[in-house]
Amino acid sequence: MQTSSEPSKSEVEFVTFSAGDQSFSLEITQVREIRRWSPVTALPHAPVEVLGVMNLRGSVIPIYDLAARFGLGSTQENPRNVIVVAMHGNQTVGLLVEAVSEILSVSRDKIQDTPDIRSDMARQSITGVIPIEDGMTRVIDLGAVLHPNGRALS
Amino acid sequence: MTLKVLAIDDSRTIRELLRVAMEGAGFDYSSACDGVEGVARFAEVVPDVVITDINMPNMDGYGVIEAIRGGSVESKVPILVLTTESGEKLKARARAAGATGWIVKPFDDAALISVVRRVTGAA
Amino acid sequence: MSNPILDTFFEETEELLEALAEGLASMQGGDHEAETVNSVFRAVHSIKGGAGAFKMTELVGFAHHFETVLDAVRSNALDLTPPIMHTLTRSADFLSNLVEAARSGDSISQDVTAGFLAALQQCFGEKEIESVDAWDNFEFAAITLDIGGPAVEVASQAAAAKGFMIVFRPDSALYSNGHEPALLFAALADLGTMNARFDQELLPEWEDFDPQDARLSWTIELQTEESESQVLEVFEFVQGICELSVSPMNFAAPAPPGDATGSFVPTDAKIAVLESPGLFDNAVRLLTDEAAAPVSAKPPEVKPAEKTASEASETAASKGPKPTLRVDLERVDRLINTVGELIINQAMIAQRFADMTETTDDDLVIHIENYRLLARDIQEGVMAIRAQPVKSLFQRMSRIVREAADATGKSAELITIGEGTEVDKTVVERLADPLTHMVRNSVDHGLESPEARIAAGKPATGIIRLAASHRSGSVFITVKDDGAGLNRQKILGIAKKKGLIAQDAELSDSEIDSLLFLPGFSTVETVSNLSGRGVGLDVVRNSVAALGGRVSITSVPGQGTEFTITLPLTLAVMDGMVVTVAGETLVVPITSIIETIRPLPGDLHRIGTDDMLLSIRGRMIPVVDVARSLGFTAKSDQSMAPLLLLVESETLGECALVVDAVQDQRQVVIKSLESNFGTVIGVSAATVLGDGRIALILDPEAIAANRMGNQFPSVNFSPNHGRSTHANL
Repeated sequence: MQTSSEPSKSEVEFVTFSAGDQSFSLEITQVREIRRWSPVTALPHAPVEVLGVMNLRGSVIPIYDLAARFGLGSTQENPRNVIVVAMHGNQTVGLLVEAVSEILSVSRDKIQDTPDIRSDMARQSITGVIPIEDGMTRVIDLGAVLHPNGRALS
Repeated sequence: MTLKVLAIDDSRTIRELLRVAMEGAGFDYSSACDGVEGVARFAEVVPDVVITDINMPNMDGYGVIEAIRGGSVESKVPILVLTTESGEKLKARARAAGATGWIVKPFDDAALISVVRRVTGAA
Repeated sequence: MSNPILDTFFEETEELLEALAEGLASMQGGDHEAETVNSVFRAVHSIKGGAGAFKMTELVGFAHHFETVLDAVRSNALDLTPPIMHTLTRSADFLSNLVEAARSGDSISQDVTAGFLAALQQCFGEKEIESVDAWDNFEFAAITLDIGGPAVEVASQAAAAKGFMIVFRPDSALYSNGHEPALLFAALADLGTMNARFDQELLPEWEDFDPQDARLSWTIELQTEESESQVLEVFEFVQGICELSVSPMNFAAPAPPGDATGSFVPTDAKIAVLESPGLFDNAVRLLTDEAAAPVSAKPPEVKPAEKTASEASETAASKGPKPTLRVDLERVDRLINTVGELIINQAMIAQRFADMTETTDDDLVIHIENYRLLARDIQEGVMAIRAQPVKSLFQRMSRIVREAADATGKSAELITIGEGTEVDKTVVERLADPLTHMVRNSVDHGLESPEARIAAGKPATGIIRLAASHRSGSVFITVKDDGAGLNRQKILGIAKKKGLIAQDAELSDSEIDSLLFLPGFSTVETVSNLSGRGVGLDVVRNSVAALGGRVSITSVPGQGTEFTITLPLTLAVMDGMVVTVAGETLVVPITSIIETIRPLPGDLHRIGTDDMLLSIRGRMIPVVDVARSLGFTAKSDQSMAPLLLLVESETLGECALVVDAVQDQRQVVIKSLESNFGTVIGVSAATVLGDGRIALILDPEAIAANRMGNQFPSVNFSPNHGRSTHANL
C-alpha cells in the first residue's frame, strides 16, 4: 500500500478499514502491520470482544474483534478478514477487521470533532471523524479501545 | 599532532561529559576510573595533558600527581585537577602537590577547552 | 543537553546511592574504618559533581551540605554519635528522594528540604561551621611590589598608552608543576603588545650552574587596555610558585621591540633577547644544547604497563577485582529472545520429526536430542548474563523497614542473609513491590509495639530477617519476623464474616494462614496509613505466580511469622505438561504436579450439585474442573473418563485438576502476557507450541482458588480432605 506522494507537515495519514459495516481508521503511526487471520488461543473469562491471543513472531498479542468492541456484533468469518497489528505505548495488540480499505492523507483541519452519538462507549473510543467518499470514517482512540478500566481482565 | 588527553575520575558521568568536550575540540581522549588505573594508562597513552579528580577510591588525585611527578616517571606533563570547590585552600594544596592548574565543576565545555589549551599551548 | 549522558548520570547515581546506603549501614553497625567513611563521602561527592553538570540545583545544594557533614566526620572533626548517625541515614534517604524528583521532574517542598538541612546543620551544634563557603572568602590576593622604577610621566601630547610592568621570576616548582613560561608569555601577548627583557643578574657562573635551579627572570612591559585582574589571571595557576609583580605603567609611545631601554644585545649565543616566545624557545634550545636545562619537559621514562586494559571495556566499580563488561540491556534481551526462539525451533523440529512415523533414524534422534541440550545450555548461559545479586533489592528494604517502623511507632531492624544470591534481573525488578509489601506487613502487623515486646520478654527492637538462597533448581526468598505470629482466631473470624469460607468450616493452622492470600482479605478494619487500601497478599501471590513461583506462609504464635517465596532459577524456560482441556491446549508446570491419576468410576464422588471428590489412598480430596474454572465450558462432561492431575495448592491443600488428556511433557519458553495484555486469573503466562500456536500456562493455585469460575473464590472445605503443610520443594 503506497501513497503517491509524501504528506506535508499539516497532513496526517490514516489507515481505514471496515468493521461491522462501518468505516474506522487509525493514525498510520500506530499501525505496525497487517496480517492475515491465523488461529487464536482463547483466554479464560474473556469478554466477547477479546477473541484470544495470537503468536506474532514469538510475542503474545491479544486479538480484539473491533466490531464486537463497538457493539456491532461479532465479525463473520471471511477470507478477507485481516488483523491490524497496532501499538499503543508499549502494548502491541491485534484488531480483527473485515477488510482494510485504503490509506488516507488528510489535512488536520479536515478532522472533525465527534458528533453526538448515542452510545457512550462508541463516543469515548472515537477521537474524531473524517469525511470520505461515501460517508465518514471514525478515528479510533486506541487507548480507550483497549480495556480502559485497568488492564486486569476479570 | 592531535593533543592527547587522559582523564581520571571515578564518576562515569563526568568521564562521559569530558569525553564529549575533549573529542568535540578534536582531541584524543582516554580515561581511567581511579588513580591506580590512571597511572597505568598514563604510561600507556603518554598524554599531553592529564585531567584528574581528587576524590577517588584506591588512589586519589594527589596520589596520581605524586606518582606522575615523582617516582621513575618524573613527568612534567601538565596536570589539571577537577574539583567542586573553588576555595583558595584547595588550590594551594593542589599546587603544592604538583598540579599545573584546576578546573572547577560544573565545568563549562568552552572554559575547559580554553584551560587545556592554555597549559598545553595546543591550537 | 546530552541525553545519553543524563541516563548515565541516573544509572550511576543509583549505584552511588546503593554504595551510600551500604556504607552507612556498615558505619551504623560499628565499622568506623577510614575507607568506609571515605566511600560514603565520595558517594555523595560524586552525586553532587554529576548533578552540578546538569544544573540540578536542589540536588546539588542538599548534597553539598550533606557532603560537608560527611567531610567533618571523615576528618574526625565530628564524632559519630547516634543522633548524627541517625541524621546521616535519614539524609541519605532524602537524597534518594531528591534524585527521584530530579529524574521525574517533580519538586520537593521547600519546607521538607529545609527540615533536612536543619538536621544536618544541627550536627555541628554550637560549633562554627567550617564549611566550604568559608574557603570562598579567601580572596585572590594580588601581589604588587613597588619596584621603585621611575614613573613615566606622560606629557599632555600624544595619547598615553596604558599597560603594566611585570616582573616575573619562576620558582623551580613552577617548572616541575608542568608550567611552560612560553605559554604564559603567549597568553600575555594575547592581551596586547608585549616587550620582554630577560634579566641576567640571577644567572650563575657556569661552574655553579644547577639545571634544577630556577634562575630565569624576566621584566615585561605589556601595553594593554585590559585590567590588572586580566593580567593577573594569566598567572592564576602559578600564584605562589613564582615571584610576580604587576604594576601599572604608562607608555609614552609604543616601544618598538629591540629599541626599548635596557634591552640586551646578546654578546654570546647563550643569552638571547626575549622579544617573543619564539625567541625564548630558541634561547631554551641553546641553553639545552649546552647543558641539559630542565625548562622543557623531559619525556617521561616509561615502564612497560603492568596491566593492559582493553580498549573496548572500562573496569567497573572499584570494589572487586573481577573485570566486567557494560552491556546494553536491550542487546541482552534481544539475545534472550532469540535463544528462546531457538528453543521453540528445536521443539518444532523435534515434533515434526516425531510426526514422521515412516522414518526411524536413530542418528537423527540423537542429533535432535543434542540440539535440545545445546539450546538449553546456551539459554542457561544467556540467562546467567542477566543474573544479578539480590543485594540491591535487599538494601532497599532497609529503608522500607526504617520508614515502616517510624510510621507505626515500632522499633525494627533488618537483617539480610544471602545478599549475593543471584536471580534474573526481571525477578529483582518484579519482586520489589511484593517484597516491599511483605516487609511493611511484617513491621506493621507482625511486630508488636516495643512495650508489648518487652512485656513478652523480647527485646524492644524487632528483627525482620530477609534471606535468599538457591536450592535444587529454585531460588528461595524468606521474610521472617520475630513478632507475635498470626492471630488465627481473628483471621478465621474475618474470613467467615466476609463469606470467604463456610461458617462451619474447620481448617488446619496452615490453611488458616493461607487465607491471607485470598483476594479481598485484610485484617485491618481501618486503613492503616502504611499498608494502604486493599492491597492484599493476593497481589503478592499473583506477582510471584507470574514469575513462575509460589509463596507460602508459616507462623508460630508468640514467636513470629515467615513468608517463603519460591522461584524457578531459570526464568524463561519451564518444564511443562501439555494437556487438553475442553478442546484447548494448555500447559501445566511440572513442578506443580504431584502425580497423574486416571480414576476408576468408583473413586469419584459427587457432593451436592457442583462439587466432586476423589477418593485416593484413604483420603478424599477436592476435584477442580479446570474448564469451568477458566470459563471454557459451563459444565464438565461426566461421561468422559477424566484424567486428573494431583497438585498442591495453598487454598485447597491437595486437589485434583480435571483435564481431557495429556499430550506430552516438554520444555516450554515462557512468554509474558503482561506487557500486551495484563493479568488473567488462572493463567500465569503463555508459550508458543511447536505448531506456532499459543498455549496458555496454567496457574494451578489460581485455578484451584477460582474453581467455580467466579471472581472471588468461595472455598469449600469438606471435613476429611487431605492435610497439607506448606511445601517448599
